[in-house]
Order: sequence, then C-alpha cells, then structure tokens
Amino acid sequence: MATDASTVGDARAASLKKRARPVEMLIQGFLFVAAAISIVVTIGIVYELGKEALLFFQSEDVTLGEFFSSTTWQPAILDFGIWPLVIATVMVSVIAMLVALPVGLATAIYLSEYASERSRGILKPILEVLAGIPTVVYGYFALTFMTPLLRSILGDGVVEIFNDASAGIVVGILIVPLVSSMAEDALHAVPMSLREAAHALGATKLETSVRIVLPAALSGIAAAFVVAISRAIGETMVVAIAAGAGPKNFTLGEDSLFGHILNPFVAGETMTGHIVRISGGDLSYDSIDYNSIFAIGLTLFLITLVLNMLSRRFVARFREVYE
Amino acid sequence: MSLPGRATYPEGRELAQVVAGRHRRGTIFKLTFLAALMLAVIALLTLLLQVIDSSFGYVALQNEVQPRELVASLGYGEDVDLVDLSKADLVVLLQQTISNNVGRRLERDQRFFDDRLVFENESKYVELCAGAEPVPGCSATARDQPGVYQLVVERVVQPTVLQTWTLLESVFSRGDIHAEAAAEYPQADLVFRSWVSGRFLVSPQAPDPAVAGVRTAVLGSLWIVAITLLFSFPVGVGAAIYLEEYASDNRLNRLIQTNINNLAGVPSIIYGMLGLAIFVRALEGFSSGAFFGVGGAGATTNGRTIVAAGLTLGLLILPIIIINAQEAIRAVPRSLRQAGMALGATKWQTTRAHVLPSALPGILTGTILAVARALGETAPLVVVGASTFITTDPSGPFSKFTALPIQIYQWTSRPQDEFRNIAAAAIIVLLVMLLTLNATAVILRNRYARRV
Repeated sequence: MATDASTVGDARAASLKKRARPVEMLIQGFLFVAAAISIVVTIGIVYELGKEALLFFQSEDVTLGEFFSSTTWQPAILDFGIWPLVIATVMVSVIAMLVALPVGLATAIYLSEYASERSRGILKPILEVLAGIPTVVYGYFALTFMTPLLRSILGDGVVEIFNDASAGIVVGILIVPLVSSMAEDALHAVPMSLREAAHALGATKLETSVRIVLPAALSGIAAAFVVAISRAIGETMVVAIAAGAGPKNFTLGEDSLFGHILNPFVAGETMTGHIVRISGGDLSYDSIDYNSIFAIGLTLFLITLVLNMLSRRFVARFREVYE
Repeated sequence: MSLPGRATYPEGRELAQVVAGRHRRGTIFKLTFLAALMLAVIALLTLLLQVIDSSFGYVALQNEVQPRELVASLGYGEDVDLVDLSKADLVVLLQQTISNNVGRRLERDQRFFDDRLVFENESKYVELCAGAEPVPGCSATARDQPGVYQLVVERVVQPTVLQTWTLLESVFSRGDIHAEAAAEYPQADLVFRSWVSGRFLVSPQAPDPAVAGVRTAVLGSLWIVAITLLFSFPVGVGAAIYLEEYASDNRLNRLIQTNINNLAGVPSIIYGMLGLAIFVRALEGFSSGAFFGVGGAGATTNGRTIVAAGLTLGLLILPIIIINAQEAIRAVPRSLRQAGMALGATKWQTTRAHVLPSALPGILTGTILAVARALGETAPLVVVGASTFITTDPSGPFSKFTALPIQIYQWTSRPQDEFRNIAAAAIIVLLVMLLTLNATAVILRNRYARRV
C-alpha cells in the first residue's frame, strides 16, 4: 500500500516536472534581469568614467605626467595638476576623521556597554535623525554656524570665509552616526559570556569594555572606520558650499607648507567640490572641462571602491568567531 | 594593579587604593563616553536651532509703493490686505503700473486668464500660437492668484530687504533693533517676519528673496521622486526576490551580491556623472521627450529633464532598496515557504502569495527610507543639470527642473543675508517632508513588529 502510493507520487512528480511553465520562466527571467541591472550600472560607471577620462588624457593639452606632478589646477590656462584638489580632499577627510572617529567610537561604547535600555531607546533615534538630515543642510550649517564660530575663536585674519577646517568638522559631525551605528553593531555582536568572564575576574566595566570587548570587535570597528573615510572623501555638498570655489594652487618651495599648502583655514576646493562647481554651469560636451571632471570622478570612484572592498575584507578576514 | 612578575599582590589599604583608582578611572571614562554622545546631540540641536533662528526675525523692508495705498486705490477699506485681493483686482493693479510691453512679455510666458487676454492682442496671440514656435503661454494654464500676487509685489510694491535679524536677536535685543532701524532706515518698515509661511510654499521661485517661494522646487522634487520610485521599486524588489528566492550559490550570483554591496558605498556624485553621461547625453532623445514627440511649455531641447534626474536617483537608491528588501524577505520564516510548496504551489506562487505579503511592511519601510534619501540628494542633481532659475511649474516628466535641495544650495551660496533666511525656510520645508516620510516608516515598522 505504502509503496503503491509512493510510486504514484513519483509518477505524478515526474509529470509535473516535465510540464513547461512559460510564465514562471518569464518571471524568473525578469527577476534575474532586475538583479543584473546592478552589474550593468557598475559597468556603466566604469565605462563612462573611463571613456571620458581617456579622452581627457588623450587631449594634447594634458599629459598623465602633468596630471600627477603639476601643483596647479587651472583649466582656463590648460593647467591640469590633480594635487591641489587631492590635498584639499585629504585635508577635509583627515579633519572629519579627527572628529568622527573618537566621538563615534565613544558614542558606540556608551550606547553598547553603559546605556540602559531606556536611554538607548531615546538616544539611538536622535543619532538616526542626525544621519537622516540631507548633506546640503549640513553645508548650510558649516557656512552659517561653523565658519563664524571658528572666525570668532581664531580671528577673522586667520580663518577665511571659505575654508577646509569648517567643512571638515561638519563632515565629521555628519559621519558620527555612521561610525557609531556600525561600531555599535560590532560591539553588540561580542558574546555576553566574554563580558561575564571579565567581570567574574574582577575587571571593572571600563576594563571589560576597553580590554575585552573592544579588541574582540576590532574587525567591525576597523570596517566602520574605513567606510567612514570613504564617505568623507566622497562627501560633496558640505565642501561645495563651505570649502571654497577654487583650487588652492601652489608652487612647491615658494609657498609655505603650513601657511598655505596645508593650512586648513584658507579656501581650498576638493575633488567633489570641483565637479559640482564645473558641472553646475551649462557645461558643453566634449570640452576639456567636461572630460576633466570625469578624470576626477574616476579617481574618486577607484579610491572609494578600494576602501569599501577593504572594509568588507576586514570584516570577513579578521572577525573573531565565538561559539 | 599588579605588575607582571610581581610576587606579592597589594593588600589592605594599598588594595583599597588600587581598587578606588580603578573605579575612579572607570567613572571618568564613562563620563567621557557620555560627553561624546552629548556632543552629537548638541550638534543636532545647534543645527536645528541655527535653521529656526534664521527662519524668523525682524526685517527692515522698504517698499516703493505701500500695499495699503494700492488696496485703498481700488476702493477697499483698511481691513483688507493686498494678499486677500482677487486675481482680477491684482491684474488691475499690474495694468496701472507696468508698461504694455512688459505685460505682453508676461502674458506670453503665462496667460493671466484662460478666457481673455489683458495686454496682448487676441488675434496676434492666436497667430503666435499657430506659428512655428508657439510661446509657452499657449499651452500653460493661466496664472493663479499667488502667482499674480507675487508679480504685483515684485513689479508694483517692489520691496527691498535692507537688513534682517535672526530670531534670537529679535527676541533678546528688540529695543536695539528698533533703535537701529529707526536711525539707519527711517523710510523703512520694521516687521517681524516668518520666512517660512503658506505664501512661501505656494509662491513660485523669484529673483527677489522677499517674494520668492518654493512651489516650483517642491513640485520638481515630487516629480523626481515619483520617477525614481517608479523605476527603483519594481527593479529593486525584483532583484531582492531573485537573490533571496531563486539565486543558487554560484559565482555569478555571488558577484551580483558583492556588486550591490559595493554600489551602496559609491559616492552620490558619481551617480550624477553616470546620469549626465547616459541619461542626459547618450539618451538625449528619450530624456528630452523628443522621442515621444513631447514639446510645449517648459520642455527643453536637451536631456536635462525630470526623467533624467529621476532615473539617476533611481540608480542611486537601487542598492539601498535591494539590501533592505533582501533583509525583509530573509526574515520571513522558512516554514511559510515550505507550507506553500507542500500544497503544490510553484516557486513563484509561493513567493507571490506567502513570502511577499509577509515581507511587504519591511520592504515598504526600507523603500520609504530610500526615498527620503533621494529627496535630500543634491550633488547628483547639480551634475545632471538642475536649472538654476525657473519660475514655471514642471509640466511633466520631460520638462526642465529644479528641486528643493537645489534651491537650498543656490540660496545658501548667495552672499546676501536675506537669501540665508529663505534658505533656512526652505530647509524647514525639506525637513518637514523628510520627517513625515520617516514617521510613516516608523509607524509601519511598529505596526509590523506588533503583529509578529
């Protein structure tokens, strides 16, 4: 009896399998195409940026050597050296990291290790609100609050109206929620038994958090830092509004290193800021300006791509696994 | 604390001191951590305060013509404000002041009335509209009362903002402001003004900050978000279903997954450049609407249109929607799928009838958050080519556009103080829109959480 039923079942299953289901196939095809669009987008980004950047470097006014060696970026006189833009980008990112890393990490430790369930319920949404505010609003904040604040502390003579310091600090504030939420997730994933063991050995809460939990969550925290750096480099509106509307050109040996080149209180346009300013006007295609922003864009894309992949690798490779 | 290799451990008083020291350090650091958190909270409060501070306050306004005189000239009493006048009355005021030439130009941009012409000759207008290049006014709807009011203020009253004060200044040094205004601007009116108002919402963009509004920008933003959603919701959810339900663990599918994760980290400005190269330039015929034979008011001859902007933002939020939808689908218990399969349903039937309905609240929450992100994006729109100055409402997906964040960016970049005020007011409008979206997402999430 039982064998009979199963043979009948097998036969039915076989007949079911044979039947073609065109609608199912069609739907599955559509779903696959939807998923594959992301690949197309990536190829599109690389292709378009690469193509226009290639046109830029093929132009007789530009050489790859000049791009990486010249210290002035003045499209008007066909002078294309990436360094002024890169230095400003790095400076804004470093300042942002100096703000975001300590504040974000300390916030994460407090929320994960110290805060009661109730205060977490109040504080976490506040950070989420901070993360949800559009960057153009932060740009407004940098220009109308942070810059006047810096000028009133350090003096109008020291701090220019547009400067990298103010933009960097505000980008840092903008990234705090990102760092804190990623780091908190990493801390949260550390098993309770580790903390209990530390407490049982007589460690204080601070000692447990800093010497046991933090090292155990290090891979996740490192990943958070790397993502934060990539976010700071790609941040656009704050620097477009507050960091200045012109590359900080310099001549090595003539301009003082800390008075001008690395001075965060003078105006200096970043890579992203430059792209926005150039494309804000009515940009004509096939002009050297149009191609130049794609060369900058490609540089930017590659930097952030490497950073993001690095962060993923951190998590995968150095994660401590607890059973 | 004990040193390595130390034979004896502290005892008695010494031990108590060591322990007290460790606890002290613990307290100090706890306070430091708390201070960092408070710093973040203070930053948020300062930001909001700064925006509110600039959105309200005293203004020294000087009018070329007093609105009261205009109202009186039409025979109305003291209790009627210029704002309350009907469109017909406002047009009469315009006729009294502006030249016929200017009036004709305005009327060619947009008519005052659907049924009659004020400045232009009827037969001439018909001729214009029948010609090879019809003026925008031929197809656009007539100006509404807020639009005409704005024209009257701009052309007849002609207010000049001489100075503005912030809310805090207005509250705490009111006397000083009155004295200063009386001394420096004896001709001007000192009024307390809320820069964000109903008028501000319904007025179109204008060069004069005293009368400019955000209607054009808000409508532009809504259009763009609609296109964004139309593209990225079906595609994003489809991709998530494929990856969670259909994809086997092979190299291609792993590549797709890694790629999506990486795309989520690409700076938004890069998407703008992609949009510029593909939607604006390569697909110009499609995004300008020429392909569909769309023309008329607000249409452009190039690809810098709402469609191009919407699709660009669609690509930008696609990875976010996919990742959120994947999480929602993954959270659906296995047993639901197994039950469906056991009853003989096909994979798609199971997915459509069981998995999707229970994952839907999660998918919607993720989508709303992604839309909020799209609504606030500025950089890609600048790169794609938002118009710097348009005063007419977008008429469809193929018209040129501006958006709320773009408006904020442009007003913030102007050196004059009064532009800062309207930038702050526009920020409040944007934040309220975002807050509404986020609140919807939270409510959705909570309702969903309670049910399971």
